This record gives sequence, structure tokens and C-alpha cells, in this order.
Amino acid sequence: MTTKEHDASVYEHMQESSEFQDLKRRFRRWTFPMTVAFLAWYLLYVLLSGWARGFMAVELVGHINIGLVLGLLQFVSTFLIAWAYSRHAEKKLDPIADKLRHQVEEKTK
Amino acid sequence: MSSTTLGMILFLTFVAATLGITYWASRQTKTAADYYAGGRSFSGVQNGLAIGGDYMSAASFLGIAGIIALSGYDGFLYSIGFLVAWLVALLLVAELMRNSGKFTMADVLAFRMSPRPVRTAAGVSTIVVSIFYLLAQMVGAGALVGLLLGITGEAAKAWTIVGVGALMIVYVVFGGMKGTTWVQIVKAVLLMGGAALVTVLVLGKFGFNLSALLGQAASVSGPEANPQSFLSPGLKYGTEAQGLAGKIDLISLGLALVLGTAGLPHILIRFYTVPTAKDARKSVLWGIGIIGVFYLLTLVLGFGAAALVGREAIAAGDAAGNTAAPMLAQAIGQEIFGDVGGTLLLALIGSVAFATILAVVAGLTLASSSSFAHDLYAHVFKRGQASERQEVVVARISALVIGAVAIGLGILAQGQNVAFLVALAFAVAASGNLPAILYSLFWKRFNTAGAVAAIYGGLVSALLLVIFSPVVSGGPTALFKTADFAWFPLSNPGIVSIPLGFLCGWIGTVLSKEYNAAKYAEIEVRSLTGVGAEKASEH
Repeated sequence: MTTKEHDASVYEHMQESSEFQDLKRRFRRWTFPMTVAFLAWYLLYVLLSGWARGFMAVELVGHINIGLVLGLLQFVSTFLIAWAYSRHAEKKLDPIADKLRHQVEEKTK
Repeated sequence: MSSTTLGMILFLTFVAATLGITYWASRQTKTAADYYAGGRSFSGVQNGLAIGGDYMSAASFLGIAGIIALSGYDGFLYSIGFLVAWLVALLLVAELMRNSGKFTMADVLAFRMSPRPVRTAAGVSTIVVSIFYLLAQMVGAGALVGLLLGITGEAAKAWTIVGVGALMIVYVVFGGMKGTTWVQIVKAVLLMGGAALVTVLVLGKFGFNLSALLGQAASVSGPEANPQSFLSPGLKYGTEAQGLAGKIDLISLGLALVLGTAGLPHILIRFYTVPTAKDARKSVLWGIGIIGVFYLLTLVLGFGAAALVGREAIAAGDAAGNTAAPMLAQAIGQEIFGDVGGTLLLALIGSVAFATILAVVAGLTLASSSSFAHDLYAHVFKRGQASERQEVVVARISALVIGAVAIGLGILAQGQNVAFLVALAFAVAASGNLPAILYSLFWKRFNTAGAVAAIYGGLVSALLLVIFSPVVSGGPTALFKTADFAWFPLSNPGIVSIPLGFLCGWIGTVLSKEYNAAKYAEIEVRSLTGVGAEKASEH
């Protein structure tokens, strides 16, 4: 039981540390607004598909209409957000996470 | 040689290869981590392919191409929801789950809660979601064989379901996660290759001019009154004839698709098969790339079938359009390479479709049997006292039982319109599982009562709303055509049941005083830093 209590206090200690709070902030400040943004963008697309059909049917080039372009842009935005997240995680999150992990592992050995 | 014989040869080659893999994997599967998580030793790329393999079901390959071929643009709405959903998994779930869980979805939920009620709820939800999804695939397999092999009659369909079920049981029982993952990888490569080949041939025929392809699709398959409407939304979902309810139903479907993926148990356990959270991230990135490209291919396949085969011929083959892709393969092959080419391509796409079904049902059986053994047997019945060995034995037996149940139900449901089960599985996953997962990862105050309330609240409300929807009663396409107890106007429950699941989780939480600060500190630190995450096993 003593080791468990010891572990718990290590985790609580870490949770309160400014470095961990910084990691948490960096993670949430990027992912939470981005989630709201891509869900809103997706919902906008679905709403347009339901209520703005004349607009979606407007042809831009040949038979390629706004609906198709907006749909393809959903693919593009998904690929870009995925790529941007992985860059953010590699540059801003992984180094801190690795460092903190080593710290905790040293203490709980 | 007929395409049926050739198709059988190709399919049997796939079966022989995957059985070989299963035999090899069975010799490598010794510990519980091997059986449940493939020893956590897959690379990000391998698991990314397997994610694609698990996710690109026959419903999305044959189904979406079919919807596009029959109803034009609206099939595209489906694929967009299925793809964007992966961002939820990437940004909020995959890495944190890899860091804090072990074998099942419930591991994350039970981390700081009272384990027995939470694991019971998560286990029940996992099994329900997986069985719905499984049933839809099994019935689809029966229907597909008739269409592809030209076999009619209930007996032949029933035997197909038995055959598919028996193979899936063998993969899972002997191969465990390692065997199943390799089956997914092989299938993903075949499916992408087959779809890409037909796509290039179709585009080539139109001089790689997408506009020309769309134009011909609309003029051949669009409604007579207004052919161009084939290229914009509104022919299938939320048609003007359905009025406001139809359009709200469209939003409801969209919500379930985009929020369901990150709550599907057979997808969630994929994150455990890699050594670290970074590999989980990498595998989702690969998964997004593969799945995205695949849906772009199905767009061309669907419109290609509409242009080259035509709506009427496709609808005559199968009312839901499931044969659009195989028929297109035959038509384009014949046009470019003559009769032999048509036969060859039809055989290829037909056998790829079977491989697809086989791989997806194996993934679902693995997810549900793992949850039964790890959550319900080891932690609820045995209160965590079961040995690893016992657990794996129980997992294998339950894979056998779940497989047998799926075969039985699949035969009983033969000929029923069960396509709604896939959308229902997504709705349940989004309404029950997703709130529970997000709350446990991000909400400090969340507790046992909240987790149990979220899962049962989401599960029960989604189920009840579907039972009282037009899908089940009161219409010519309903499950029970003669009865009418459909007071809920929408076919998709998500728009009500998803907020309800989140609300139940919140109410359950605030009504209970339970709160464990130390455990929250532990899951928060572990999920973000990877401290104490399960390691890959050494071989």
C-alpha cells in the first residue's frame, strides 16, 4: 500500500507543477478550439446540404459545382488539421511530455 | 473461365494466405497482451493500414459507391462524415487512451471509478455496438454472394454466412489481435489497390476530366425532370418531399457519423497495438490518409457506375446499389480489355469485397470477445482475480460464442433491411461511449455514477428512439411493415440521444459525491506524459 500512496503523491505533485500545467495548457489550447472549429465547419457543410441546395448546385467549372468543391474542401481541411496537429504535438508537446515522464519514472523507481 | 470461378480462386487464395498468417500469429500469441493487443509491437504505418482495414467496411466500399450510383451526391455526405470523424479520434482520444488504458475501452473509464459498475456498462455497450455492426456485415455477406456469384436461394446465402462466420472465428480464436491485424493490413492493401485500379481506368476513359464524368453520370442516371440535381445534395437524405423532419434527420445522421467513430470499441482497441502514444498518433495519421484517399476513390467509382452502368441496371441488380462497384469493374474492364478483362476485374473486385467483409467481422468479434473476457469475466465476475491464462481462454471461448450468435442472427435476419444497424451502431457509440470517454479524460469531477449514467443513458435512448422510429415500424421499408408504433419522426436518433448521453453523464456526476483527486491526478499525468503506459512485449 505504501508504494501506491507514494505513487499517488508523485502524480499529484507533478499535476501541480508549472511545467505540467504548461503542457496541459498547450495541449488543450490547441485541440479544444480546433475541435470546435472543425465540427462547426462540418456542421455548416451539412446545413448547407440541407437548406442551401440552390447554392450547392451552382456550377463553377463545367459540371463541378459548389457542393462538390465544399465536400472536397472537407477532405483538404481534414488532411491539413491532422498534419498541423502532428507538427504541433511533435514540436510543442512531445519534448515536455518526454521530460516529465523521465522525471516521474525516476521518482517512482 | 467464368468470373465466378476466377473470383472463387482469388478469394480462396486470400483465405489461404490469411489462414497461413493466422497459424503464424497463433504461435506468437502467448500472453494476454499478445492476444488482446498483438504484443503492442505493430508500427504506426502497419496499424494505420489496419485502422483502414477495420474501418473500410463493405458498407463503406459497396454501400457508399452504391448510394452515389443511385442517388448521386448524397453518398458523398456519408463519406465526409466518416472521414472528419477521425479528427475527434486523433485530437482528443487516440494518444490519451493509449497512455492510460490496457486492452479495452473500459480500462480508461475504470481507471478512477469503481470498476465493477463501470466495466459492466462499458462491456454491455461494447458488445451491443459490435453485434449490431457485425449483424449488418453478416447479412450483407449473404446478400453479396447471391449478387456476385449468381447464386440464389436462401440455403446458399445461409451457407455463405456460416462460411464467413467460421473463418472469422478461426482468425480471432487462433490469431488473436496479431492475426486479425495482419488480416486487416492485407485486406487494406488489396482494397486500396483494387479501388485505385478501377478508378484510374474510369478516369482514363474520360480523359481524366472529372467534369465530363460527372456530366455523363447526371445525364445517364439523374432524374429525368432535372438530371443536374444528381450532382448536388437532396435526392436521398432530407428530400424536399420529406419536409423538415427529413432535413433534421440529415443533421442527426451527420452528428452520429462524425461523433461515433471515436466511440467504436473495435476502433479504440487499435490504439493499444502500438508501442507508444506517438505511434498511436502516427497510425491515426496514416489511417486518415488511407481512408481519405479511399473515399475519394469511391466518389469516382460511384459516379463512374452511374455514368457507365446506369442507375436502372444497378437498381435492378440490387435495390440498395451494393453491386454498383462490381458491375462498374466488369463494364470498364470489358470496354478496355474485352471480355477477359471484364471477367478478370469483376472477379478481382468481388473477391476484394469478400475479403473486406471477412476482415471487418473479425475485428468486431475480437473487440466484443475481448471486452467480455477482460471486463465482464475477469473484472466483474472474478473481481480481478482471474489469471492471464484464464482470461485468454475465456476470450477465445467468447469469440467462438459471439461468432456463433452472429451466424445465427445473420441467418435469421437474412432478407431484412438491416442497413440501419450500421448507423445505429455509430449513434450508440456517439451517445454512450464518447461522452464517457471524453468526460473521463478531461473532466476532473467525473465519477462512477456519471460514467454509468452516460453509457446507459446514451445506449438506451438511442435504442428506444430507433425502436419507435419509422425504421422499425409503420412504413413500406420498415422492419415490421404491418405494425405502426413510430411516434419518433427521425430514422437517426443522434440529434436527441447524443446530447442526452452527455446530459446523463453530467447529471449522474453532480448527483454523486464521489471524487478521487489522487486518481484524477494520476490519469491526467499518465494520459498526457505516458508515465506508466503499458509497454510493448518482448519477443
